[in-house]
Amino acid sequence: MRTYHQLTDPDRSGLADQIGAQRKRVAERLAGVRRIVAVMSGKGGVGKSYVTANVARALARAHKPVGVLDADLNGPTIPGLLQVLQTAQPPAIGLDGVKCISMGHFLDQGAPLAFKGPAAESFVWRGAMEASALREFLGDVEWGNLDVLLLDLPPGLQRYIELCDILGNAPAVLTVTIPTPESRDAVRRAMRAAVDHGSELLGIVENMVGREFAGTAADDLAREFATPVLARIPWHPTPDTWSALGSRL
Amino acid sequence: MKFLCVECDQQMAFGERQLPGDGTLAATFKCPKCGRVVAMLTNPMETQLVSSLGVEIGGRTVPAEPFEIVRANVVTGGPAWSNDAQERLSRVPSFVRGMVKKIYGDYAKDRGITEITPAVMDTARAELGLEGM
Repeated sequence: MRTYHQLTDPDRSGLADQIGAQRKRVAERLAGVRRIVAVMSGKGGVGKSYVTANVARALARAHKPVGVLDADLNGPTIPGLLQVLQTAQPPAIGLDGVKCISMGHFLDQGAPLAFKGPAAESFVWRGAMEASALREFLGDVEWGNLDVLLLDLPPGLQRYIELCDILGNAPAVLTVTIPTPESRDAVRRAMRAAVDHGSELLGIVENMVGREFAGTAADDLAREFATPVLARIPWHPTPDTWSALGSRL
Repeated sequence: MKFLCVECDQQMAFGERQLPGDGTLAATFKCPKCGRVVAMLTNPMETQLVSSLGVEIGGRTVPAEPFEIVRANVVTGGPAWSNDAQERLSRVPSFVRGMVKKIYGDYAKDRGITEITPAVMDTARAELGLEGM
């Protein structure tokens, strides 16, 4: 009996072609984006979204068109940070003219992300649904010409891996950590995954510096991965703090 | 996926797709040589997995709309909860709060009520026999 790859007649479903069309749509939408930067840490609570939003605003103030894709589908915070809640036609325009798309635009106020579908064993399809939502955020938004599209990733590696698959290549990565050794160890895994996938490491942002969180995470990781520490963000940063970071991207 | 007519050693061709509306899917395939037709039947979970990928068995008949997966599948439109109702709900023991919230939510949804207030909760409690909730 012949096997799958030995059956070569045209397939009316054309599933491979449908996937190819999805990828083409993403590529066409992002054709005007000069650079895609994934903001990641692999760890929660280090301030990725806060850094993302403020760097985006700093770039926008420097007259660089910038967009933010809130890839944290289950905990979207970008709409709040950029002060946009709902929009009928993404992208929404946030503070300083930053374009953004977020699952927060589609959810009722305070509602968790839930999908219609069979409840039993929903883990089987939920990941695919979230990946498709991410693909639509990339491919269905009229981003136009952007200097930078910042992708605010949730904790963990799953969304980053989905992103690499959807884009067809690995985006540049801006890493965020706090100074503690616990954060360093979690962020190291994310950076190693980024290197393994072929991402360019742009550098490290050390957030929440100068008070309770003691450690040398940024310096340790910078040495280990031969990448610069781009900024150390104090507890009360000023617009100049973000402008300085933006100028180094 | 592909289907092979083993007897004829022929790849079977897609025939038609049916969506009965219960979350399942039926797709037929026909052997171009002997004419044998088989049906692939998927359960709701399998059907959902395929549609989650944004692809359609049998091919797309209309182009994809922007955000069609998000707009079609993200749950929205549940009734809002007034502050007073939320405060009252917060006094329900946490281990049953989710269930109680769902009961009131379903009650409001069934009746087209857009905001759950303490008055709505009182009415629902009386109608549904939820004394103490």
